[in-house]
Amino acid sequence: MIKTINITLIGNPNTGKTSVFNALTGLNQKVGNYPGITVEKKQGTCKLNRTTKARVLDLPGTYSLNASSMDESVVIELLLNKNDLDFPDVAVVVTDVENLKRNLLLFTQIKDLEIPTVLVINMSDQMKRKGISIDVELLEKQLNTSIVLISTRKKRGIESLKETLVKYRSISTSPILDPLTIDETYFKSLKRAFPNQSLYKLWLVITQDVNFTKLERQKVPDSAEFKTQSQSYLKKFQQRETIKRYQIINKILKETYHVNKENATDLRSRLDNILIHKFWGYVIFFVILLSIFQAIFDWSSIPMDLIDSTFVKLSEALNDYLPPGVLTNLITEGVIPGLGGIVIFIPQIAFLFFFISILEETGYMSRVVFLMDRGLRRYGLNGKSVIPLISGTACAIPAVMAARNIESWKERLITILVVPFTTCSARLPVYLILISLVIPNQRFLGISYQGLTLMGLYFLGFLMAIVSASLMNKILETSTKSYFVVEMPNYKLPLLKNVGITVWEKTRAFVVEAGKIILAISILLWVMASHGPGVNFSNAEDLVKTNAEYKNISPDELETKIASYRLEHSYIGILGKSIEPAIAPLGYDWKIGIALISSFAAREVFVGTLATIYSVGNDSQETIKNKMSAEIRPDGSPLFNLASGISLMLFYAFAMQCMSTLAIVKKETNGWKWPLIQLVAMTFIAYFAALIVYQILK
Amino acid sequence: MISLDKLGLGKTAIIESIETDFLPLKLIEMGCLPGNEVSLLYLAPFRDPMYLKIDEAHLAIRTEVAKYIMVKPIS
Repeated sequence: MIKTINITLIGNPNTGKTSVFNALTGLNQKVGNYPGITVEKKQGTCKLNRTTKARVLDLPGTYSLNASSMDESVVIELLLNKNDLDFPDVAVVVTDVENLKRNLLLFTQIKDLEIPTVLVINMSDQMKRKGISIDVELLEKQLNTSIVLISTRKKRGIESLKETLVKYRSISTSPILDPLTIDETYFKSLKRAFPNQSLYKLWLVITQDVNFTKLERQKVPDSAEFKTQSQSYLKKFQQRETIKRYQIINKILKETYHVNKENATDLRSRLDNILIHKFWGYVIFFVILLSIFQAIFDWSSIPMDLIDSTFVKLSEALNDYLPPGVLTNLITEGVIPGLGGIVIFIPQIAFLFFFISILEETGYMSRVVFLMDRGLRRYGLNGKSVIPLISGTACAIPAVMAARNIESWKERLITILVVPFTTCSARLPVYLILISLVIPNQRFLGISYQGLTLMGLYFLGFLMAIVSASLMNKILETSTKSYFVVEMPNYKLPLLKNVGITVWEKTRAFVVEAGKIILAISILLWVMASHGPGVNFSNAEDLVKTNAEYKNISPDELETKIASYRLEHSYIGILGKSIEPAIAPLGYDWKIGIALISSFAAREVFVGTLATIYSVGNDSQETIKNKMSAEIRPDGSPLFNLASGISLMLFYAFAMQCMSTLAIVKKETNGWKWPLIQLVAMTFIAYFAALIVYQILK
Repeated sequence: MISLDKLGLGKTAIIESIETDFLPLKLIEMGCLPGNEVSLLYLAPFRDPMYLKIDEAHLAIRTEVAKYIMVKPIS
């Protein structure tokens, strides 16, 4: 019979805990969220031996059981709740051989929860180079546990870890620290009140600002009595606990752990001297970014074009193959383009996460945080907001996902909320056509006005992101305190397996999660554009054909006339007309209104929609542009002039017209609250910016 | 004795005392405890954040936090 046990991986950040997880589970893993919060939950399965399987849970990295972030709360909540389905039969604390002392702090805390705990010392291949020697046997005895030396890099030790895990029942569960040594009076009275409980667990329930399950809370019904001690009093005890633990650890390591400094080579300081140099550090960062974005644009343009044309061909082929009818139209005009709209983002997302995970794996990302923190802090952002903000110029979707690296919930939320202001690639086709229409093709001192306008729009996006960030920084209340303590890890070569799994996971998550919503809205838009009430819509073909004005035009032109007549009388066309009073003060007519509504799905739809409305058969830019510039208002002046053009550009710069971004924000913040606030606020800003500019310029 | 944010670049000191009410526990857990050595390795522009080596840990903190750590320079 096959037995299944629960294994939980715990460890400080940067110890290679995720590499151990990947080595154990490979691709048999899935990433979800803990219910109600946005902390990633990574679970996987692995086979330990012929009769034992394991469900492996990779808990978020934490420095101790004293929670200071949401990620860390998750760890304690699980480890104190015996009824949790994921409660471990055996815990594995992953440590880094070079930072063993610091990593053991967490180990002693886990051990004190009386859970069988295996100590894994990772990166053991580095020992010789760093001049480290460990008396493993003695250390096992002193810590009263089983120790496994592994190297995920050299793929060593995983098998012996599995063997040790199978024998988990033989591992001692006796605690290391006696809480009475922290403060005798306090803990003795605690023991008197709850004689049957483990003192350390009680202490954790009392001190942690964590939403424990009811059951755990009930264990300490009058915990208020023990909280009467002022907050700072309890904090003193926490510090004394830390000091006591270090005393024990220091004593143990003195006998078992030795470093011969002479053998150590110092790659860190040689690289840091350049990479965080006050001048060259920034230059290098800028060059790295520039190359990454160059690569993303260059490398993904080929697969993106390929995807685009494949989906068009697929639509055409299905159109020919399937019997004509509503269902076929839904598939070829609604579902397939909708799917294409999802798949087309895959190359950019995959490349971006490929580069980001390399920057993370090497340890360079912490240096960027160090360089950028001061500049971004005053706006309520964090050094780690740099990557999302700059990724946003490619696409807001991966950028919002990249904000996961920010530990502080408030700074992360602000980053997520302001990222869509940066000029993403979907705005580019809209800007290009509008600029060519309304900005004169002239030069001033050799600089073209058109290029200058485009640059100004990019600049405006960043400016708006920063301004709204500092506003939100003032408005948002935060319940969890955040402190900026960033570990500067050693430089490492990236593990390709980790990079690959990250790219796969993020891309898959995007396709599945955002995909569902994009698909639904694409279908909705199609239905609204291809259906309409009354005879005007259903008899569009006859009405146009019998119109005397169109007697002498070619069949192709007639076809596009019919299409545009139909659109005008479809539900979406009626919607466009009904919002005309609201958008007229911005300088738009109902046709632009339709484009605005349909480009809620995605901004780049703007050009395509206008193409259909202005009955242009193909969407080559020149013809659309000519038609657009020929469009006139009732008073005879051109529809697209400087005022309405700039007004439209501002609208597209500020408005949240991207359902994919809304979908991903919903996923990342676990609810509709923030995406809705974002949608309303951004639309509001866009509307008034466009209104003011149009009224001034007209 | 000086507060840590005044420590010179490249200098090493011994931590004398910490104002526990204002320091994140995380920092203490990473080894910021009286008696341990601290060196200032690098500074970002405007001296903020500071890149320190405390005991065995390499970490960056903001000066607003470093103010609450009192140290005695030894080199």
